[in-house]
Amino acid sequence: MTRAVVTGLGVLSPNGLGVEQYWAATLKGVTGIAPITRFDPAGYPSRLAGEVDGFEAGEHLPSRLLPQTDHMTRMALVASDWALADAGVDPAEQAEFGMGVVTASASGGFEFGQRELENLWRRGSRHVSAYQSFAWFYAVNTGQISIRHGMRGPSGVLVSEQAGGLDAIAQARRHLRRDTDLVLTGGVDSSLCPWGLVAQLPSGRLSTSTDPDAAYLPFDRRAAGHVPGEGGAILVLERAGARPGQRPYGEVAGWGAGLDPAPGSDRPSALRRTAEAALADAGVDAADVDVVFADAAGTPELDAAEVAALAEVFGAGRVPVTAPKTMTGRLYSGGAPLDVVAALLSIRDGVIPPSVNTAGTAADGLDLVLDAPRPAALRTALVLARGFGGFNSAVVVRAAD
Amino acid sequence: MAGQRRVVITGIGVVAPGGIGREAFWDLVTSGRTATRAISTFDPGQFRSRVAAEADFDPLAHGLTPREVRRMDRAAQFAAVCAREALADSGLGVADLPPERTGVTVGSAVGCTMSLEQEYAVVSDSGEKWLVDPSYAVPHLYDYLVPSSLAREVAWAVGAEGPAAVVSTGCTSGIDSVGHGCELIREGSADVVVAGAADAPISPITVACFDAIKATTPYNDDPEHASRPFDNTRRGFVLGEGAAVFVLEEAGRAAARGARVYAEVTGFASRCNAFHMTGLRPDGRELAEAIRAALDEARIDPTAVDYVNAHGSGTRQNDRHETAAMKSALGSHAYAVPVSSIKSMIGHSLGAIGSIEIAACALAIERDAVPPTANLHEPDPECDLDYTPLTARELPVGTVLTVGSGFGGFQSAMVLSAPGAAA
Repeated sequence: MTRAVVTGLGVLSPNGLGVEQYWAATLKGVTGIAPITRFDPAGYPSRLAGEVDGFEAGEHLPSRLLPQTDHMTRMALVASDWALADAGVDPAEQAEFGMGVVTASASGGFEFGQRELENLWRRGSRHVSAYQSFAWFYAVNTGQISIRHGMRGPSGVLVSEQAGGLDAIAQARRHLRRDTDLVLTGGVDSSLCPWGLVAQLPSGRLSTSTDPDAAYLPFDRRAAGHVPGEGGAILVLERAGARPGQRPYGEVAGWGAGLDPAPGSDRPSALRRTAEAALADAGVDAADVDVVFADAAGTPELDAAEVAALAEVFGAGRVPVTAPKTMTGRLYSGGAPLDVVAALLSIRDGVIPPSVNTAGTAADGLDLVLDAPRPAALRTALVLARGFGGFNSAVVVRAAD
Repeated sequence: MAGQRRVVITGIGVVAPGGIGREAFWDLVTSGRTATRAISTFDPGQFRSRVAAEADFDPLAHGLTPREVRRMDRAAQFAAVCAREALADSGLGVADLPPERTGVTVGSAVGCTMSLEQEYAVVSDSGEKWLVDPSYAVPHLYDYLVPSSLAREVAWAVGAEGPAAVVSTGCTSGIDSVGHGCELIREGSADVVVAGAADAPISPITVACFDAIKATTPYNDDPEHASRPFDNTRRGFVLGEGAAVFVLEEAGRAAARGARVYAEVTGFASRCNAFHMTGLRPDGRELAEAIRAALDEARIDPTAVDYVNAHGSGTRQNDRHETAAMKSALGSHAYAVPVSSIKSMIGHSLGAIGSIEIAACALAIERDAVPPTANLHEPDPECDLDYTPLTARELPVGTVLTVGSGFGGFQSAMVLSAPGAAA
């Protein structure tokens, strides 16, 4: 079977712009969670976010793209540029239909959408932007990335809330196995505008804490929700050996997905079998897994379900578990691809990044990596992601050699 | 390919303008009647285009509970009703589906925008407040923000617990979603996938965004004849709404239970034009490539295609673009094969229409008839294929090609074959 290897990374994270900045901050335990600055959050019950600081789209993108793009699309375009540069790929040298784009989305270009809704409702239909027809919708990042790099091969967009980023990577791997040499994949999201925040509040999962170091505490008895963030990661996925000079970070070796049963059912959550399906797809046993990047929802019930699922798959305390997203907040479709990046860099550098702020007091039987990075020889990592509504996805990455 | 798992359609559910349910839909699209009319669900006075194809849909009458109606956006209601119809049609009950081996894929271009816009108007006080007021946010608002709720609702309707996702590739979502469902079965991630697409875009913000680029028809004085694919007087598409959902099954499983099979999905491919978010290259190069790739996967020659369900949106550029693509991909057979656009009758329901058109294709195979293109009186010299004007045709239909084209540059093609006919 064709092997799918990750050869380039592009990251915009609340705690670091660019792969190495993100990784250095993550190993140091530097958090990107802070009070919202994009608008005045004083009137809202949740006032913290993981905003991407220091990103000036005009420094990276042609000015003609700015009026037609939402903030999240600008970040996605830049992440794509960086990922291709990191891989050393010149898109112009690739076969006409040899490259594709598969991204995940959660809420589309929501800030752009709020502005145009305001134009329509306040001023009338003639004031709606000619770009509204595509700037907000879920497919926009894939479309704009494909145009920017001339990628004409099989492409797509998946939405499964926070699980979608892993589903997109799996879909990219399908394309490689069929007829495509290279796929840009991952997710970059942002809905940090007033309407986006208000639309998230009824999920009941947003923290109302105003202390950036105590607002998102997965696997902690004090857990009371998460902090929303923005950003994410775009990865270059290639067929192993498709191009001379490939320098793989690692292989996307396995994927699994499943949906939890409807409320009121006595059937179990799908998380355990999702993880097991990914391991089986990768052809590895639980004992082969060296580290788990947890979904780390930050709500007591979901955390308990994840602790239980990990104990069932691996045995209590048998595998190190970490949640670097404690430094970024939850990034919607961007969160799981960023965890895949962290997993690949962990394997590269032989070190597991820490989970911060949480004391791990609701992680009985979990070997949670807390506060400081832990050196370890790593070959295989499991990344878990769950999306609102019961979506579960898992990906196994491993060293490429 | 020897040993490869194959995918068949064993159940169909449809919600479309002009009639709810599979049979009402088929009756309409083979009658040549149109379901386009003046927008009735809100006052469209300020808009350039005031025509739409609305579904006369009563969710309670179609089996949803008051709680489900309150919870679900209109698109989710369409999808859930279609899923139940498809399952009943397949002869399967919820108890017959192995939950962990049953997946869900739902295509949608604009998700739950109707509910989002309604709720936006409330929390913003009709656009007066940028800092919108959370005290008026309804409990299910987050379901509207993230449209994966559409897949979850379908899954809950049929008890599915396998892989589930929304596929959102603009106006090819309805083809790509079914294609994705087929991939899940072929690779062994599921044995059954409840796959389809839904959109309910007839709300002010969506009408306004197409107004802004003059993509929709200005024929407000003649709504019944406003959607004119391939006609020389066409001036844009008519916004529609609806859904179609299928029971896709691994072929061996369907055969073992003696299921009635509408068609096998034998080929699927998508490409991007990497050209423009809303514009199309006149030569249709990427759509032609998608058609060729889908025919290759189905391992058939272009001459085997008995009917082409066109994208046929009725915009100036689309209809020429896809005519060029068909000529490029099908060669001289493009002039011989009947082509039609059911958007002439039920409008363009964005992400949903690809699945609704697959429903038309599967029924065309089962019933040996093809729907017409309504309102086609005055041919465009640059659109010179046989578009099956005005009147449905009875003919043997063994293999069908359906195509779609969408904002973002997506170009998709799917091949369906009569059961047992595929190589």
